[in-house]
Amino acid sequence: MLKVSLVIVGGGPAGMSAAVAAYKAGVKDILILEREAHLGGILRQCIHNGFGLHKFGEELTGPEYAARYAEQVKELGIPYKVGTMVTKITPDKEITAINSTDGIMHIKADAIILAMGCRERPKGALNIAGSRPSGIYTAGTAQKYVNIKGYMPGKEVVILGSGDIGLIMARRMTLEGAKVKAVCELMPYSGGLARNIEQCLNDFGIPLLLSHTVVQIHGKDRVTGVTIAKVDEQRRPIKETEQYIACDTLLLSCGLLPENELTKGAGIDIDRITGGAVTDQNRQTSVPGVFACGNVLHVHDLVDYVSDEAEIAGCAAADYIAGIESERVDISVRPVNGVRYTVPQRITSAQDTVVYFRVSDVFRDKKIVVRCAENVISSKKKIKLAPGEMETVKLDAKVLAGIGTGEISIGLED
Amino acid sequence: MFDVCIIGAGVVGAMCARALSAYKLNICVVERANDVCTGASRANSAIVHAGFDAKPGTLKARFNVAGSKMMEQVCRELGVKYVRNGSLVLGYGDEDKATLEELYERGVKNGVEGLAVLDREGVLALEPNVTEEVTCALWAPTGAIVSPFGLCDAGLGNAMDNGAQFIRNFEVERIESADGVYTLYAGDQKVEARFVVNAAGLYSDKIAAMVGDESFDVHPRRGEYMVLDKAYTPSLTSYTLFSTPTPKGKGILVTATTGGNVMLGPTAVDMTDKEDLDTTAEGTASIREQSARYIKGIPFGGVITSFTGLRAVGSTGDFIIHASAPGFITFGGIESPGLTSAPALGEYCVELLGNEGLVLEKKENWNPIRKPSGWYRKLDDDQKNEVIAKEPAYGNMVCRCEEVTEGEIVYAIRTNPGARDVDGVKRRTRSGMGRCQGGFCSSIVVEILSRELGIPYEQVTKSGGGSIINYGRTKGGKDNA
Repeated sequence: MLKVSLVIVGGGPAGMSAAVAAYKAGVKDILILEREAHLGGILRQCIHNGFGLHKFGEELTGPEYAARYAEQVKELGIPYKVGTMVTKITPDKEITAINSTDGIMHIKADAIILAMGCRERPKGALNIAGSRPSGIYTAGTAQKYVNIKGYMPGKEVVILGSGDIGLIMARRMTLEGAKVKAVCELMPYSGGLARNIEQCLNDFGIPLLLSHTVVQIHGKDRVTGVTIAKVDEQRRPIKETEQYIACDTLLLSCGLLPENELTKGAGIDIDRITGGAVTDQNRQTSVPGVFACGNVLHVHDLVDYVSDEAEIAGCAAADYIAGIESERVDISVRPVNGVRYTVPQRITSAQDTVVYFRVSDVFRDKKIVVRCAENVISSKKKIKLAPGEMETVKLDAKVLAGIGTGEISIGLED
Repeated sequence: MFDVCIIGAGVVGAMCARALSAYKLNICVVERANDVCTGASRANSAIVHAGFDAKPGTLKARFNVAGSKMMEQVCRELGVKYVRNGSLVLGYGDEDKATLEELYERGVKNGVEGLAVLDREGVLALEPNVTEEVTCALWAPTGAIVSPFGLCDAGLGNAMDNGAQFIRNFEVERIESADGVYTLYAGDQKVEARFVVNAAGLYSDKIAAMVGDESFDVHPRRGEYMVLDKAYTPSLTSYTLFSTPTPKGKGILVTATTGGNVMLGPTAVDMTDKEDLDTTAEGTASIREQSARYIKGIPFGGVITSFTGLRAVGSTGDFIIHASAPGFITFGGIESPGLTSAPALGEYCVELLGNEGLVLEKKENWNPIRKPSGWYRKLDDDQKNEVIAKEPAYGNMVCRCEEVTEGEIVYAIRTNPGARDVDGVKRRTRSGMGRCQGGFCSSIVVEILSRELGIPYEQVTKSGGGSIINYGRTKGGKDNA
């Protein structure tokens, strides 16, 4: 059996940044396992710009952003295998992987970083009535056809869901000559970034129909149209508002799901809200020595934050391998009052910690309040909060040391 | 000129072709779609009925019991997934118990082995997940689950390995008969045969009418299903669970499948349009409501897909099997238990054609065995590594959710009768059948089909006909992979 200090599952932005960080922190025996034929992950098909503003202070395209890290991986000589799919991870950190040159491999790791990313919610899970013709794609699949394969999957398009990939694809398909007739969003607000609504829909005159859904798919061989309807406050379609839109394509951008089948197989605790592992501030999961970062942990809206998170995991994995432990505390972080989840969910050492979270609805003029029992630890005003935009709150090392053992809550207050 | 032409590559057509391929005959199967198993055989409960349900004396009862007894061996020979998981008909109170006793008696008359009526404790001993409402059940240990697609694919594939021909995209529009020869026309194509087997499912009435047999009708009855993520199996149930039939109908079932997913359905709605495969909001709601009475804690959030099948319901209430014209055998109204009956119907087809004057002479070298389509998956790691060393494509994982390799996809395309579209690959390999529903793998499957079939990328379809996936190049588009 092959022995490696640190195995990183996934060579996308999270896996690559984690590898570089771990290497710089002293771990030289690293192996990145990537299922696609190239490093870069989903960024390879994200050819639009807007990546890297926080991290590099400039606007890069997805492939450019990925290349920055891929070049570092190659320059540092960090070993990686592409075309390699991990099929199993055990709780004692044995990995099974397969590719066409090595066959089936068994690898024993001292530490593992999970960086498998996420997948899109498919049509089947949406229970849309109607037929099952061709012409129904998740937005990311359509993006792969257009940007990687160079083919047009549709000419007249309706998009269900206003997640960022759907918005990006509305613009991309339009630029390629397709007619995007509408973007329907079940919720009364968009799940995408405000800048994407402006630049991808408004700039091209594509209507965003909030509180609307697709109730019926039409067509035998290929999609010929969809029936859409407005929904009431309980998100039930209102029959009288049904309207038919002729189209040959339905794109779905209805949410991203962290891909944690391997994680579950390793017996790691999963957060029911994020769909990712429960972790501490180091992104260490419930299995010591197994870390998670990026979209496999919780879905991010900016890759820059993925890189930040992966660096935390990479450095922590290096500490774990070196046997370094810091001052222990035991604090659980509880989301309350309009906060859906937090990452991390628990804090085990007294160090400056950034907690990421999302809110459950659109809120205006609220304060983000961190409390320990009745005491307010911090409070910051926010004019607008939306589920589509990830929020952060900083916790001070001294405060955490002062709490020692206990629980803190993060919630919205007037 | 063929000796026998079979119309329809559903499970009946496939089993007839296989049975006939054991004889020195020139056989062809014509199919209107781009693949085997695209009609009623595609979308059904995928179960092998024990045989307690059909009225004694009917063709349904006769072939159900005979087919059920043959199924295990046929599946072994063809390498098709078959699991004798047993079925339970759940009862809710004394009235149901009386009905279950009747079913028991009927089953015994039909020759079904091992039946037992259980009280609640007996049910719980087998299936602890049943709801609090369940008071009794009929236990049928010979109930089983099978892969309907596997049976069609391997059945026809085995017939082809033994010399039969398969003609796709051949929709019979009219039939002429002269001098003991039938000529079947489809567009500008034609096929001539001395004997014809009409296994055209929902359209068996229309085909029979082409040779003057207007003695029956077939109408579609919609059945909707929902499929749960494999993660919920087998903790949910490993059995096939029915509820006691009432005057209102047989109800739905909750069943394990050979693919590993638990499936819920079917609804039963009589229709007129034989092409309407829509799922409906009402159907979904009805399945949710009914299945919640069977077992506790069905995770409806774990539904990965839903689909509709159309049963071919004959106007007599029984299977309709007769000679529509000399040398022209019709299988009409093959609804449930049609899948179970299919192997026995194949044998019966040979007998009927013999009665019509077909000369039957056994082949000495007939091979009933087909290498299991899932052979690679059954290997251990060392054996897989030997395969990968020779054929590296078996190390290239294409479908992440169901862990299907490029080698398996190529095998599915190259092996009789061979996948020709994305759905065909999906049904043979399960690539795209998992929780992401083809989100990641479909573009790669399109690429492999394009390469293997030698057709342009944009001509690859989802399921034949006009179901194209791409409309051609982007502006100045090229492959950037």
